[in-house]
Amino acid sequence: MTFLIIFLCILLTAVVLVQLGKVTELATSIRGEADAQEDLNTRQGLLGMIFLVLFLVISLVTALYYKNWMLGYGPHASASIHGDSIDGMFNITLAFTYIVFVLTHIALFWYAWKYRGRRGRKALFMPHDTKLELVWTAIPAIVMCFLVVNGLMAWNEVMGDDGDEDIEIEATAQQFSWTIRYPGQDGKIGEKDYKSITGLNSLGQVWTDTKNLDDIIADKIVLPIGKKVRVRITAKDVLHNFDLPHFRVKMDAVPGLPTFFYFTPKITTKEYRKNLSKYPEYQAQDPNNPEMKLWETFNFALNCAELCGSGHYAMKKIVEIVSEEEYNKWLAKQKPTYFTSGVRFSDEDPYKNELFDIEDSERAAAFKTTFESTMLADDKTILLDKVEFAFGKNELTPLSRYQINHLASELKRNPNVSIELAGHTDNVGSDETNQRYSEARANVVYNMLRQKGIDENRLRAVGYGEAQPIAENDSDAGRQKNRRTEARIIAQ
Amino acid sequence: MATITTTKISETDLLIEEYGYDDHFHEHHDDDKFQSSFITTYIFSQDHKMIAKQFLITGMFWGVMGAMMSLVFRMQLGFPEESMLWLKPVLGKWITVADGIGTLAPEFYYALVTIHGTVIVFFVLTAGLSGTFSNLLIPLQVGARDMASPLLNMLSYWFFFLAGAIMFASLFLSTGPFSGGWTAYPPLSALEQASAGSGAGMTMWTISLVFFVVSVLLGGINYVTTVLNLRTKGMTMWRLPLTIWAFFITAILGILSFPVLVSAFFLLMCDRALQTSFFLSEIFIGGQALEHVGGSPILYQHLFWFLGHPEVYIIILPAMGIVSEVLSVHARKPIFGYRAMVYSILAIAFLSFIVWAHHMFMSGVNPFISNFFVIFTLIIAVPSAVKVFNWIATLYGGNIRFNAASLFSIGFVSMFISGGLTGIFLGNSAIDIQMHDTYFVVAHFHIVMGVAAFFGMFAGVYHWFPKMYARFMNETLGRIHFWGTLIGAYAVFWPMHYLGMAGVPRRYYSFDTFENFSHFANINKFITIAAVVVFALQVLFIINFFYSIFKGKKVTSRNPWGANTLEWTTPIEAGHGNWPGKIPAVQRWAYDYGKDGKEFIPQIVPLADGEKDNGDH
Repeated sequence: MTFLIIFLCILLTAVVLVQLGKVTELATSIRGEADAQEDLNTRQGLLGMIFLVLFLVISLVTALYYKNWMLGYGPHASASIHGDSIDGMFNITLAFTYIVFVLTHIALFWYAWKYRGRRGRKALFMPHDTKLELVWTAIPAIVMCFLVVNGLMAWNEVMGDDGDEDIEIEATAQQFSWTIRYPGQDGKIGEKDYKSITGLNSLGQVWTDTKNLDDIIADKIVLPIGKKVRVRITAKDVLHNFDLPHFRVKMDAVPGLPTFFYFTPKITTKEYRKNLSKYPEYQAQDPNNPEMKLWETFNFALNCAELCGSGHYAMKKIVEIVSEEEYNKWLAKQKPTYFTSGVRFSDEDPYKNELFDIEDSERAAAFKTTFESTMLADDKTILLDKVEFAFGKNELTPLSRYQINHLASELKRNPNVSIELAGHTDNVGSDETNQRYSEARANVVYNMLRQKGIDENRLRAVGYGEAQPIAENDSDAGRQKNRRTEARIIAQ
Repeated sequence: MATITTTKISETDLLIEEYGYDDHFHEHHDDDKFQSSFITTYIFSQDHKMIAKQFLITGMFWGVMGAMMSLVFRMQLGFPEESMLWLKPVLGKWITVADGIGTLAPEFYYALVTIHGTVIVFFVLTAGLSGTFSNLLIPLQVGARDMASPLLNMLSYWFFFLAGAIMFASLFLSTGPFSGGWTAYPPLSALEQASAGSGAGMTMWTISLVFFVVSVLLGGINYVTTVLNLRTKGMTMWRLPLTIWAFFITAILGILSFPVLVSAFFLLMCDRALQTSFFLSEIFIGGQALEHVGGSPILYQHLFWFLGHPEVYIIILPAMGIVSEVLSVHARKPIFGYRAMVYSILAIAFLSFIVWAHHMFMSGVNPFISNFFVIFTLIIAVPSAVKVFNWIATLYGGNIRFNAASLFSIGFVSMFISGGLTGIFLGNSAIDIQMHDTYFVVAHFHIVMGVAAFFGMFAGVYHWFPKMYARFMNETLGRIHFWGTLIGAYAVFWPMHYLGMAGVPRRYYSFDTFENFSHFANINKFITIAAVVVFALQVLFIINFFYSIFKGKKVTSRNPWGANTLEWTTPIEAGHGNWPGKIPAVQRWAYDYGKDGKEFIPQIVPLADGEKDNGDH
């Protein structure tokens, strides 16, 4: 509404101005054109001079006023090492162009004022002046050479793909968010393929590439100070741009064409905040968080700088620069995505039928604990929870062999222990069938342990059918619990 | 200051009669079948002067459209909290209402930004500027009856009109007009899944621009042919006014570069409709992995900017030509360094073809290749600087007549300096790392090719309005228009440098998500208010324009500015064919102002004994 009123006011003013224009035109014709034009030249030339002074003053004053908000000035010295050369180039260029800006503007408006039309004056006939023209062709040419040489030196320094990074991370853009991937312990980022993208595998990591297995998807970018970082920049759908203004980093993310950018952070977030606190601009209250001051809530942030659709303005990731120690601590807490995303043991997992050594030893340790505590307990039954059979068959699932191995190891470690292997089923199917299944399955485990070199005197296989449920058989979950294999210690 | 007497007028006729070239024009044109009815005179006219007016007024329509779009998105940026409910009657579903507060939909914000850019660049500053003045001035200033092909010239306008009609219709699509930026980078522009506007909106946008290219090519071929073949007796190339040089080179740029844009659009259309993969590769969108592999989005950018960069010179060169002419006439001095001006136009035009990738330093092209583009880009600063120095030198020692036309020319020089200098930052790839796609870029190109080109256009309109309508525009309003726009345009675009230097990216619908960009609410408010004021001043200009067509002060002499060029030797209201009798012959260059004690010596006046012509060396 306010706009409408303002707009109407302006329109009304326009009508008044039109009337004014008509009146002055009339007045001019009464006074005589030549007189009027001469007065007008003086007034307009003077207006030009006033404009010149105001323009030069206001442009300088406002620039100084906003200086401490601008990157490269005040508290905003570059947060990356290469950024200083960019800021330096900016300032050199600013110095040259500002001189030209001021001098040409003074000449433009000063000449306009000085050579305003007056009756009886004759204009100079000066069609050209070769010497002058050579001079003002040469000067810009020399300045440009200087700027080109310096600029390109900085450019090639910043943009070279040297491969000498300490850390490589990957940023993948999509409408409208970033996914940040760390290489994990091997320091290498795994392959990905856009056709492998699924609900569980948001980047399309190719799991057969073992470099992927320790890769970490983090919810923010955390980097240590003083380490050279290579960011591999990719996109899933449309063009995006990886923009870190405080680090003077910017590069398009292009679907089908990975790009990169190197930078070395040289100040931690904490130190940067401390610098900000020295400037009154940042002592103001944070409007989003009235308890805090602006410098306290400051964060480096990643944003998108290439139009990517309706959510382009909201692709944010916090960037945190920390000491190397804090970085390592943070990194240690991050779990590889392969294990946290639900991919592990899913149908997408090429290794779903085997355990990695670390998983195996974790399970072995856990089983050992269970086994030992059971030896001390009254209830001598050990549920072999990882021993599973294919549906309706007497074949072990591939992963079952690990727990049977663990059992064998414990039996070897405790030579006096004898066990009964007990097969149980749920109540689906006839009693006879179930009895047969439970016996057969107990025998499968029995035979495997025998193969592992456990003496037959220490083992007994028994099928209990559906007779000893440990849960109600009225739900899938209950029935699943009842289908089980147990090892019961019968002598120790 | 010109003192025109009636004897002078008849002297013009005498000179034309004595030296002019008799093409027996009146013998063929007693019964003018081309200008006999309302329709052939005002609508399907083949008279270059009428076509020029059609281009101008259509350009003004699109100027208003583009400016109003910018006001809407400026309000979003300046006053994001303010309700936009009052715009609902116009924008309909693009204003979403919650709790009685109307909010501009982000998709439509981006559509506004996109269409604003497209129509201002193509419809206003290409068609409205070079379409208008090339048409009006080429035949008049080279001494031709009309364009080489009046029919193609007429078609050129009507293809432009058609392009505009299609673009206008696309605004009413239910999925909205195209919203992927005026550069239309794929994959965003290629995939409907990526943006609602990339569906039918993009299809209509592309078709519109293809028709527009047809218009530019028909016009351009005409301009080049007319300048090369239809110059009057004695009009050597080195006697052409700088306006004609500028229009001539502009037309060549257009002919060479616009077809490349069409080829880019053609391939893009194949990707959109025929499942080809010129620009698309390895895309996962909308929960689906697309089959496209092997294409490169960067290829499109190369093709686009192969037009896109010459395009900015297609916009600015005509303005430069106009300003050179207007400054010289009103300073009552020859343009300083005529030849240097011509050579710098040629140099700029040549260089404009080998700098396109400076728009792509940060797009993923091999950084090594950027070295060459930096060098060529910064070389452009040299001919540009020469032009600026020459304009200033033209004022030096002059006897300047201030009026709206000369003021806008001076304003042009100021804008061209301010905007051009920031180009030196952006053209240097190292600095572009930081400045690319920030408000610094927005400030740069709006000042140097937006505002400056508009200033050139305004200078031309005020200066040649008497030739177009045999009346003057109101000078007082013109001066208010000038000072208001000069101050207002700087108020709008100067602070954007600061935003850019603070790292604020362009094309952001809102700054709420990023605390680091949200500190500048006051600057954004200020810019928006300034933009509203500047818009109001342009409304004033339009009022002045139409009012003056009918009620302006009448032109009483043929050559009201005391100018040397041929258009001022035609009758005040020149008919079809421009000169009623013979075509005037040219005896000298166009810039003999203040020579040998004479205030001005028109081109039709023969050289005195032993007098040297300053054009032909």
